[in-house]
Amino acid sequence: MDASALVPLPVVLPLFGAGLALALGRSARAQRVVSVVVLTLVVGIAAVLLARADADGPQVMHVGGWPAPIGISLVADRLSALMLLVSVVVALCVMLYSLSQGLVEYGPDTPLSIYHPTFLILVAGVSNAFLSGDLFNLYVGFEILLAASYVLLTLGGTADRIRAGSTYVVVSLASSIVFLTALALVYAATGTVSLAQLAVRLDELPSGVALMLQLMLLTAFAIKAAVFPLSAWLPDSYPTAPAPVTAVFAGLLTKVGVYAIIRTQTLLFPDSPLSDLLLWAALLTMVIGILGAVAQDDLKRMLSFTLVSHIGYMVFGVALASDDGLSGAIYYVVHHIVIQTNLFLVAGLIERRGGSTSLERLGGLARLSPVLALLFFVPAMNLAGIPPFSGFLGKLGLMQAGVDNGSWLAYALVAGSVVTSLLTLYAMAKAWNRAFWQPPLPETDEEAEAVASGATTDLHGKPVRTDTRRVSGKVAKVAMRAGMAGPAAVLLVVGVALTVFAGPLFGLTDRAAADLRERTPYIEAVLPGGAP
Amino acid sequence: MSPNLVLIVVVGVLFAAGVYLLLERSLTRVLVGVILIGNGVNTLFLVASGPAGRAPIVGLNDVDDMSDPLPQALVLTAIVITLGVTAFLLAMAYRAWQLNGNDEVQDDVEDASIRRRADRDEVSSSYDDSAGGTMDEEGADDPSAEGEPAGVGPEGER
Repeated sequence: MDASALVPLPVVLPLFGAGLALALGRSARAQRVVSVVVLTLVVGIAAVLLARADADGPQVMHVGGWPAPIGISLVADRLSALMLLVSVVVALCVMLYSLSQGLVEYGPDTPLSIYHPTFLILVAGVSNAFLSGDLFNLYVGFEILLAASYVLLTLGGTADRIRAGSTYVVVSLASSIVFLTALALVYAATGTVSLAQLAVRLDELPSGVALMLQLMLLTAFAIKAAVFPLSAWLPDSYPTAPAPVTAVFAGLLTKVGVYAIIRTQTLLFPDSPLSDLLLWAALLTMVIGILGAVAQDDLKRMLSFTLVSHIGYMVFGVALASDDGLSGAIYYVVHHIVIQTNLFLVAGLIERRGGSTSLERLGGLARLSPVLALLFFVPAMNLAGIPPFSGFLGKLGLMQAGVDNGSWLAYALVAGSVVTSLLTLYAMAKAWNRAFWQPPLPETDEEAEAVASGATTDLHGKPVRTDTRRVSGKVAKVAMRAGMAGPAAVLLVVGVALTVFAGPLFGLTDRAAADLRERTPYIEAVLPGGAP
Repeated sequence: MSPNLVLIVVVGVLFAAGVYLLLERSLTRVLVGVILIGNGVNTLFLVASGPAGRAPIVGLNDVDDMSDPLPQALVLTAIVITLGVTAFLLAMAYRAWQLNGNDEVQDDVEDASIRRRADRDEVSSSYDDSAGGTMDEEGADDPSAEGEPAGVGPEGER
């Protein structure tokens, strides 16, 4: 019972911290203390929430004491609490990484005093989206995190980031508009936005109306989650941001979209007529995303494409709409948040150590920095799904669920996920061979060429972001700092822990999936007196 | 309940004009488009709230006569959010104008580089590598590991 009082804290604390950090904008040290303390507290709270949600069922907080259909309720069930915990752990690691990355990396023109408050607001938005018990609050959560992400993506307002940012902002706005329109229509059709009440009322709607509402919500969430036909914005906009920003976006933002898909599909539209559509979307997301990754020769862009591609696995699990499928999807989301963030952080380390993220210009890093090689190798193999790792376990769970489904489309998806896995391995092996094993490139003409190309492209304001970085490449090529490698190493350990503790974790995701399929635990926790 | 036809037509017009502007390349027009659609959605909420009634204040009016207060609360939130986003878009359009002399949304890096290569009639760097097999170590390594992907590599680039 007391744990329910903790439910709003993951939203309130970061918001409070953001205000405090903004007020302390003149002192970088005070900002750091505030951010780290707040995020650490939230990690603790999320852990308690997960433990309580697993032991006692969903923890519900009616904000302001108004009971559910009237007031706003925040709900931490197994799924939300698990997502929350993983997200905040990842956010804390990224924050620690960015602390030690410090001023040198960004240059003096970046308003760093804005970084900490915005980061905390991003975390608040993510927490709000995970915890919200009504559709409109979910929208508000999305908007909070998107607004923060606009600022973080265009940090410093350089030409590249404005270019990437304008695409990102316009696409995000389009998705928000679709979501808001869907909300208005949901309200017109049912007279409520509370998820628990919607679960009951949507069943009574004519199937055509429900289908249209489902399609609109899916479209909005699919843009945010970067599911295939709506994914083209992601690989273009993410790589230009600073490494920790890209890392936290890659880990959290698309997963919030996936979470929203899981939540609405299971709670609101349990007998979905759109499973086949989702399966197709999953297949195309996987295969086309990974083909994009294979074609890239810039590490950050390659990782962005693998991010898109692996969203397909999660959608696959959701579309199967079976206990095993959902459980596999949830496990895969957890795995992917950790691994993808880890890889982007390591890409940031590579950029510092090697002076670039272009595979054309990297080489010999394995000899130069064996620790960096290890930091890249383990999560890369984990992402590709090499057997002992969690990536393999997650994919195996999903494939088993696909085989159990038995339809030809599910088999096609199983085949597609094997191919995607192999191609991920190929892309990662390519990055590994080029950046780490290939003999180091000759320094001098390398640098000269970079300066020359940087100068020519700058005239036209051409968006060759790595070139501007590479002009100052000599400065950027510095030894790895323990403060930056540390958080990446922590995430690596978390990733390995997902493998070691896969048994209990799969137990948890199984229970979460069973809850989701049953629907009643959630509805009864929010509306104790039954749905009016 | 019969919905208000005038409001529905207004919503339709706002959405149509907004979508048209959203598809433009200039950020300022996109901004106007966003504002129009935003107002369209807000009006849609009014349609969703049913017939207009008296002020929803308990004790002042009879409960049956009141209009539905919830959509109005939602619209207020949506208006605030649109305001914030509008401010940000304005700042970004201004910054783009400072940098480029215009506020147009530019092409993808990938598009630009593919066009540059096409102009110079070059193949992509990753094509050379996997198909030519000149580098002894990589060329031998990759195809033997998976077979199929090595063939798909250059395919995906096209």
